[in-house]
Amino acid sequence: MFDPKKLKKDFPIFSRKINDKSLVYLDNASTSQKPKSVINALTNYYETFNSNTHRGIHTMSEEATAAYEDTREHVMKFINANLPKEIIFTRNTTEAINLVAYSWGEENIKSGDEIIVSAIEHHSNLVPWQELCRRKNATLKIIPIKTDLTLDLAAYEKLLSKKTKLVSITAMSNVLGYMPDLNKIIKSAHKVGSLVLVDGAQSVAHMKADVKKLDCDFLAFSSHKMLGPTGVGVLYGKFEILSNMNPFMFGGDMVKSVEQHKAYWNDLPWKFEAGTPNIADVIAFDAALTYLDKIGLENIHKYDQQLLKYAVGKFSKYEKDGVSLILPKSDTSSILSFSIKGIHPHDIAQIFNDEGVAIRSGYHCSQPLIEHLNLSSTARMSFYFYNTEADIDRAEIALKRTLKIFKS
Amino acid sequence: MELYSEIILDYFKNPVNKGIITEPSGTCTEHNPLCGDKIRVDLVLDKKGNVSEAKFSGEGCAISQAATSMLTEKLIGKTPAQIKKIDNEEIYKMLNIPISPGRVKCALLGLVTAKKAAILASPRKPAKK
Repeated sequence: MFDPKKLKKDFPIFSRKINDKSLVYLDNASTSQKPKSVINALTNYYETFNSNTHRGIHTMSEEATAAYEDTREHVMKFINANLPKEIIFTRNTTEAINLVAYSWGEENIKSGDEIIVSAIEHHSNLVPWQELCRRKNATLKIIPIKTDLTLDLAAYEKLLSKKTKLVSITAMSNVLGYMPDLNKIIKSAHKVGSLVLVDGAQSVAHMKADVKKLDCDFLAFSSHKMLGPTGVGVLYGKFEILSNMNPFMFGGDMVKSVEQHKAYWNDLPWKFEAGTPNIADVIAFDAALTYLDKIGLENIHKYDQQLLKYAVGKFSKYEKDGVSLILPKSDTSSILSFSIKGIHPHDIAQIFNDEGVAIRSGYHCSQPLIEHLNLSSTARMSFYFYNTEADIDRAEIALKRTLKIFKS
Repeated sequence: MELYSEIILDYFKNPVNKGIITEPSGTCTEHNPLCGDKIRVDLVLDKKGNVSEAKFSGEGCAISQAATSMLTEKLIGKTPAQIKKIDNEEIYKMLNIPISPGRVKCALLGLVTAKKAAILASPRKPAKK
């Protein structure tokens, strides 16, 4: 049974008070909270089998290696990949994207080639490609956004050509909650021979990611937005593609054999995991995936829609007071950005915080999009399955107080 | 202590010295990339090299707008060297509200901008006839 109120009890942080009020956490697009099982997994590793992976013969090293590799297998199943070696652990989504830019990009992007991103990308899926294009004298093309805040896929089709080598696109905008039609985008890209990277930082926590069905070539996402610890990211890549890529970080663990003047790379996936990895956090990430398996991503996706609808209903009542909802016409989920005429989002977030409600304000690492919307910044509420309609009622109280302070 | 004190809200809603000086002796525009704030400070120096007029423009939160507005009042009569010496504590004292770490940049954006405008300012030459 999917019961958000009951699930919330699994998260110790919700016993916390902020300004003498119970915490309402609506900043899940920044990072999610962690259930007790994930925190316990961290403690358990440090207290009972803390040791390095892939090195020792001793019992604890074997246990740590097994637990670390178990998480890899779990991730593989979670996103329906073919092989554990298609799963590479990084620090975060940003590092996963940079890995592709440096490793695949350095060897495969030539002068005159084109890379396509969209107008709604997070900086992490924009800046690495700007830089790669600059290094290689390639061209970065942008899928435009329409006035209804959805992507112009007709324009996208016209951007595609034989010159397109990579399309890198978000599965869910961290500002708009908008989910582009990836099936269509990926099929069209493959027709011209381009690869596709999907930025799943927001989406993987909220809806089933099936890399076989999607047929994406790369998928990047972060543990910390899906109940797991910070410091763990995932890069999925199709086996044939990863096999032909060279490592871009060198050192221990990523080598099979080292001579004084030459080294031979380890097999996939370890050739991309140089140095001691983030063992504890990867192991605890397994507990996060187990928790999500138990709830079911279909349930989360459905509940997201319910919460968003409720929030839109509440906040749209204040349009006459200058509140504007930044809401795409269709395909949205779990995120509601808004602005209030004459009130800076920092001030909105501050007054919300006084009421114990945590929201985000600013550019959300999406400066080009925010400027395209003709805003200097926005306020953003982002939901997860442990949020309830009562949380949104608390946000409404904070909104009323904001209007009272600034508009009276 | 309330962050949005009556004085702060008053300066935010009815800012003093808000506007642009068309021929300033010194001007500077600064951004706060975190929140998208943008503040411009224009200064006019008289023949003796003292600030005779100070205005600010741009967008920002209540704290940065009020702080900059209050600051422009303090700048009048000061030399660029004196402006350069204004320290952060003076701004906190002037605002008289609790500034959390997240709001430090908001509180100080106006001061940073004013100091740069002061460094760039040269005394106004008498208008040619």
